[in-house]
Amino acid sequence: MDRSANTRTLVEVRHCRQAYPKEANNELIVLDDVNVRLSEGEVVGLLGRSGSGKSTLLRIIAGLLRPTNGEVTWQGELVRGPVRGVAMVFQSFALFPWLTVQENVELGLEAQGVARRERKSRAEAAIDLIGLGGYEGAYPKELSGGMRQRVGLARALVTHPDLLLMDEPFSALDVLTAETLRTDLIDLWSDGKLPVKSMLMVTHNIEEAVLMCDRILVFSSDPGRVAHEIAIHFAHPRNRLDPAFRQVVDDIYAVMTRRKSPADLRATAVPTTGFATPLHPIGTNLMSGLMETLAGPPYDGRADLPALAAVLQYEADELLPLGETLQLLRFAELEEGDIRLTEQGRSFVHAGIDRRKKTFAEAALAHVKLVAAIRQVLDERWNHRASAVRFRDELEDHMSPERAEETLRTAISWGRYAEIYSYDEETQQFSLNDVERT
Amino acid sequence: MTRIAIPPQAQGRRLPNAWDVAALAIVFGSLVGVASVVRGTLAPLTAAEVTAIHLDPAYLPGYALRTTLRMFAALLVSLVFTFTVAPLAAKSRRAAAIIIPLLDILQSVPILGFLSFTVLFFLNLFPGQEMGAELAVIFVIFTSQAWNMAFSFYQSLTTEPLDLDEACRIFGLSPWQRFWRLDVPFAVPGLVWNTMLSMSGGWFFVVASEAVTVGHTTFTLPGIGSYVAIALRRRDLLAISYAVLAMLVVILLYDQLLFRPLVAWSSKFRVETIQASVEVKPWVLKLFRQTFMLRKSVAWLGDRIALIGRLRLGRAERTFKSIARGGALSWVEDALFCVVVGAVAVYALDRIFVFCAAHLHWSDLLTCLVLAIFTLSRVIAALAISCAIWVPVGVWVGLRPQATNLVQPLAQFLAAFPANLLFPLVVAGIVAFNLAPNIWLTPLMVLGTQWYILFNVVAGTAALPGDLKEVAVNFGLGGVLWWRRLIIPGILPYFVTGALTATGAAWNASIVAEVASWGKTTLVAQGLGAYIANATSRGSASNIVLGVAVMSVFVLSFNRLVWRPLYAYASRRTNLGQ
Repeated sequence: MDRSANTRTLVEVRHCRQAYPKEANNELIVLDDVNVRLSEGEVVGLLGRSGSGKSTLLRIIAGLLRPTNGEVTWQGELVRGPVRGVAMVFQSFALFPWLTVQENVELGLEAQGVARRERKSRAEAAIDLIGLGGYEGAYPKELSGGMRQRVGLARALVTHPDLLLMDEPFSALDVLTAETLRTDLIDLWSDGKLPVKSMLMVTHNIEEAVLMCDRILVFSSDPGRVAHEIAIHFAHPRNRLDPAFRQVVDDIYAVMTRRKSPADLRATAVPTTGFATPLHPIGTNLMSGLMETLAGPPYDGRADLPALAAVLQYEADELLPLGETLQLLRFAELEEGDIRLTEQGRSFVHAGIDRRKKTFAEAALAHVKLVAAIRQVLDERWNHRASAVRFRDELEDHMSPERAEETLRTAISWGRYAEIYSYDEETQQFSLNDVERT
Repeated sequence: MTRIAIPPQAQGRRLPNAWDVAALAIVFGSLVGVASVVRGTLAPLTAAEVTAIHLDPAYLPGYALRTTLRMFAALLVSLVFTFTVAPLAAKSRRAAAIIIPLLDILQSVPILGFLSFTVLFFLNLFPGQEMGAELAVIFVIFTSQAWNMAFSFYQSLTTEPLDLDEACRIFGLSPWQRFWRLDVPFAVPGLVWNTMLSMSGGWFFVVASEAVTVGHTTFTLPGIGSYVAIALRRRDLLAISYAVLAMLVVILLYDQLLFRPLVAWSSKFRVETIQASVEVKPWVLKLFRQTFMLRKSVAWLGDRIALIGRLRLGRAERTFKSIARGGALSWVEDALFCVVVGAVAVYALDRIFVFCAAHLHWSDLLTCLVLAIFTLSRVIAALAISCAIWVPVGVWVGLRPQATNLVQPLAQFLAAFPANLLFPLVVAGIVAFNLAPNIWLTPLMVLGTQWYILFNVVAGTAALPGDLKEVAVNFGLGGVLWWRRLIIPGILPYFVTGALTATGAAWNASIVAEVASWGKTTLVAQGLGAYIANATSRGSASNIVLGVAVMSVFVLSFNRLVWRPLYAYASRRTNLGQ
């Protein structure tokens, strides 16, 4: 099966930039100068961390969002809104709870004004193709997650779209169900049974991308850019245990733990910690757990990230922020797809509860500017109180409100754990109550 | 178990702003406008509108039917209003800026206060015809129903799940298809619940507005309300009992045939990822599902109606969704819109000022404020007493599932029963025992509304997580501690919802509860309700406007200063798992 011979371009994204205006002349850049070309006959994956703008790009291609700059063309024509010939599968399934499976599947046909009889037969064909036969009259809430996503797939396929967009289609499913759906879908694709010409999927699961895609675009975050493009040449069905397969997965991990470009890897091995560095919402228990795991056998302070992720049943998307947080606190270092525990990390692991808190407090005050700033303001005030609002406002100058809230919540939680300051939810105030003053 | 919807009055933490002032000005400006129009026509319309009402109980079924038909006519108008105004507010940022404060204020205005204006207005439109009076009554019921329904629909429209919205757009549904496939179904649970609350409240107003005296004009429309009014004038206790009985039957039928099946049906439209626990199916629904012909024909009819929803009316929006921040043009339009609304508001304020200057004195305002404080204390006292009774009862019931299943429908049923039908019985008692009206008329205000407190408390207690109750038992939590640490925080949001509904209705009820007559004897309690009622019977438009305005301001402030912060606090503090 060689579809690459036919290389008619379906979608072309040129110099796309997506920015959200903030007050004054500040703006939040989600996507920056993204160029993507999609041809008939290929399965392309957009791989990246959450917040890297890959879902935004998918929505821009779908015509759901207008890019701030740049343009998207669909079969040579400028995209000005949702186009015919593009269908989408959603992470949350997006099924209408008040419609039966059959009615949900017929939705797109109804919108096209397809006659009742044809609608029915086409819907039944799609339902059978995707393995939903017998469930026509069921309501979505009666179905399991896997079955629901099959409805989502059938609903998209029934319109015979040229391009099928999938937004993290399997990430809401459990591991086994997700695997079944992936293989079913890719089998149908490689047998040429899918009534689509091309597929574009967003994912944060590296193995999923390598398993399904012919081409993977790896996104970097803040702002989102296409950092790497990796072609996968394995034939379907692919074997996860194949050493060549593992090597590709390893390579992608290495790419994703690298910052920006290999050139400045050494220079900024530890990210600069300005006041407004976004913090990942990582709890202290999770950090302790990972450090203890790393310190113990068989890792003895050093682990290969993909292997660690597999053992812990984590996805790259979950493990990487955790690793970066440890790196920020100087408890660990990330390099080329490996994570290595530092001296401070080791001493944290071997300490008791109180000593751990002290170690954590020292690390947080030294390396997390936001935590240090909050404590400094509290020390300077005569009543040792400060409103959270000012910190949130300052953060919002540099990041989206959601990110700012998340960052502040994390700083609150770390400060509470390390007994650097207390926080009262009701009055939204930091204080030094219940905290040993220096 | 009935879910408790967030009361519109407690939604959001909107602070009063310029739009509120504009909305307030527009509402009362229009009121003043109507008042000025009808003032001139008070005299010519003399007692020509009295329809003979027979106290023979044989007439009662007919009267009950007419009362019910008025209710449903009003409901239809309210639905049309909801389906037009709410989408307008949801689709247009500018329209929302003025519509939302308007709805907020309108639902706080005591509608019985401007009963007289609306009646006169419609009588003027259709002079000498029963039509005018009918429309007036329907309009009054509409004003008691429409606002919270529109609010509920607006709330649904603005909280539609983003993924469903995107699915509609990507599959190219036309606006009409989208309306019937997404907008309406998503709104159904909230809308049905609010419609039912509106209907429950509506019975009170239909009964109150069927027999109205404004100045020299008295008009009666055949119905249960006017039947009671006549019986009252003739001191006929037996006739009143017949009327109460007839109303009980009507409410029972409405409850069993409509309310319960509808609420059960609406659960189909809840967006939930898991299948809800099996709820008790109303017998009507069960019966219906067992019939063959009826079910088939209804399904056929449903299919035909669904076809209309599938029509591709309007073009699918193959464009980007408009982003909130627009270009220069939108800025100009914004400014223009603000100027227009501002101008209307200023004009309204000017009319209000002119009107007040011509007919009112500062002392009138002072009188009103003093009377409002009387009524306020009466509302608070009545509320406190009913809480003292119903909170413990509600908690007791809520802890026992069997009692809950028994009491909950009963409380909802009683909340729908128009309490003003029972007023004469109480008033007869007060007259007979020569009791002080200032005190004994007070309970009438919460006679119908106390049930909201009961069924909300029951629902709140029943919703307490079982593990928390077990923890309380495990640690031997008892007495005051059990109330303070478990029950009160647990039921607070529910309680606030109930108390909020009860207070709003109590203010409204004060207009008919502070003045009560029994034959030739008239009892008056000092208060703003009595002030408005007296102004109505004297036909003094300016005093009515003033009284209604002062009452609205009191109700609004009470909602904004007490209930809204309390509700926000309750839902923040006791939101489990947040």
